[in-house]
Amino acid sequence: MSSRDAVLGVLRENARASSEDIARQTDSDPETVEAIIDELEAAGVVRGYQAVIDRDQLESQPVRATVELNVTLDRETGYDDIAERIARFPQVKSLYLVSGDFDFMMEVEDESMQEVSAFISDKVAPVPEITQTVTHYVMDSYKEQGIEMGDGDEDDRLSVSP
Amino acid sequence: MKPADRVDAVPPSGIRRFFELAAEMDDVISLGVGEPDFAAPWAARDAAITSLERGRTSYTMNRGRSDLRAAIAERMADRYDLEYDPETELLVTAGASEGIDLAFRALVDPGDTVAVVQPSYVSYVPGVLFAGGEVLPVPTREEEAFKLTSERLAEAGAGDADVLVFCYPNNPTGATMTGDELQEVAAFAREHDLTVLSDEIYAALSYEHEHTSIATLPGMRERTVVFNGFSKAYAMTGLRLGYALAPPEAITAMNRIHQYMMLSAPTTAQHAGLEALSSCDGAVAEMRDQYDRRRNLVLSRFEEMGLDCFRASGAFYAFPSCPWDDAGEFAEALLEETGVAVVPGTAFGDAGEGHLRVSYATGIDDLTEALDRVERFLA
Repeated sequence: MSSRDAVLGVLRENARASSEDIARQTDSDPETVEAIIDELEAAGVVRGYQAVIDRDQLESQPVRATVELNVTLDRETGYDDIAERIARFPQVKSLYLVSGDFDFMMEVEDESMQEVSAFISDKVAPVPEITQTVTHYVMDSYKEQGIEMGDGDEDDRLSVSP
Repeated sequence: MKPADRVDAVPPSGIRRFFELAAEMDDVISLGVGEPDFAAPWAARDAAITSLERGRTSYTMNRGRSDLRAAIAERMADRYDLEYDPETELLVTAGASEGIDLAFRALVDPGDTVAVVQPSYVSYVPGVLFAGGEVLPVPTREEEAFKLTSERLAEAGAGDADVLVFCYPNNPTGATMTGDELQEVAAFAREHDLTVLSDEIYAALSYEHEHTSIATLPGMRERTVVFNGFSKAYAMTGLRLGYALAPPEAITAMNRIHQYMMLSAPTTAQHAGLEALSSCDGAVAEMRDQYDRRRNLVLSRFEEMGLDCFRASGAFYAFPSCPWDDAGEFAEALLEETGVAVVPGTAFGDAGEGHLRVSYATGIDDLTEALDRVERFLA
């Protein structure tokens, strides 16, 4: 594994790991680790660092929805053009071009169901190339970015074993 | 009821006392565990569940399901150049431990000498004694990174032994041996006509070089029994599934005992094992990367806190020198004052004197917390 991949491996698991800790885990030194991270950030490989949150434990729980979007293209307008236009809205948390029955899969977040609905009907649906939207409100979350939201399993191993 | 003399003669496991101490305490972070902290890959567990749903709860063939044996043989050939006929040279056992016990019972005559390379896994010595053999300890040294050399073999008098048993990557030291380093051990075994029992249960967890089996060296296949299994690589310890590879006469002898006493390895586990081999390479690679990271973390932190430790390169153990004269006392004090459990090296034979086995089969957060506590304890 290249040291770049090794550093990324640790960051993807725990973006808060200190340079010293990453260095220890990857058999490197903190200066090298920092240089690699600077490089990854400058090159746009690493775009940001975010906390993975159990929203059930928040006082105000934002409403989330996954929205299917169907579009028609013309000579002047491609997927990228449409995507760029939609992605700019801060309510849009992720946007993917996907294969299958629809074109884009969009994750939206806002303060209430009304806000989300208003956003879809006022901002997204009117985009001329968009022919159809199907909105799925998120009812419960079991796993976020690879982390399970349950209580986790207890370590039931014997505390000392050969 | 009076236990048989040969049972009475074998002392209870040295780590039992530690287990009891740790079990009484709250908030223990255990670095004393000899098994993965992961669960078996989901696909393997799912295959086990499916087999139960389909009512696959009967015995299998004594030697193990033929599809499983074929898959194991193929994997061993691809990965380690170990070429064995799945029909006659492979036995599926209830964990590698059963295989090792079978080999002692099938290949050791009363009075035969078995050279046991130490520090060693706790089962070898009792296994030899239960089989009526005599144990000859062959100590390895920290200065030599706990590798086995022909010099250590000669020094211990292993030339007169009948059987030699060792384990690399090693529990408890985390030592590994390269193919080159094994050459002189192989030469010694050939010269003194030793049967070699090579416990390779940690083969998938070698971090600095590819694992080489001694059975692949010239003139070794006919005198070697290789043990491996699913416990460590696939995090399936509780499913009890291992296997032995050896020439037909050894497998036939081992199977003679196995077919009467065990009948067959657990059927559910065999279904899980087959799926593990066919679809869980990714999960194994991920676990291996995790262990490697933790190994680096542990070794760096030990160095920073001034705890002497040779560079362990396999399994999931580090084996630092104990800063106190008595490792048992140290481990007890560490447990009582900080709630961190480690195992004193003497649990693995006299050659473990002055050392501690530190398992890093523990999540990185707990591991970091435990290392912080050890550092404060040492300060």
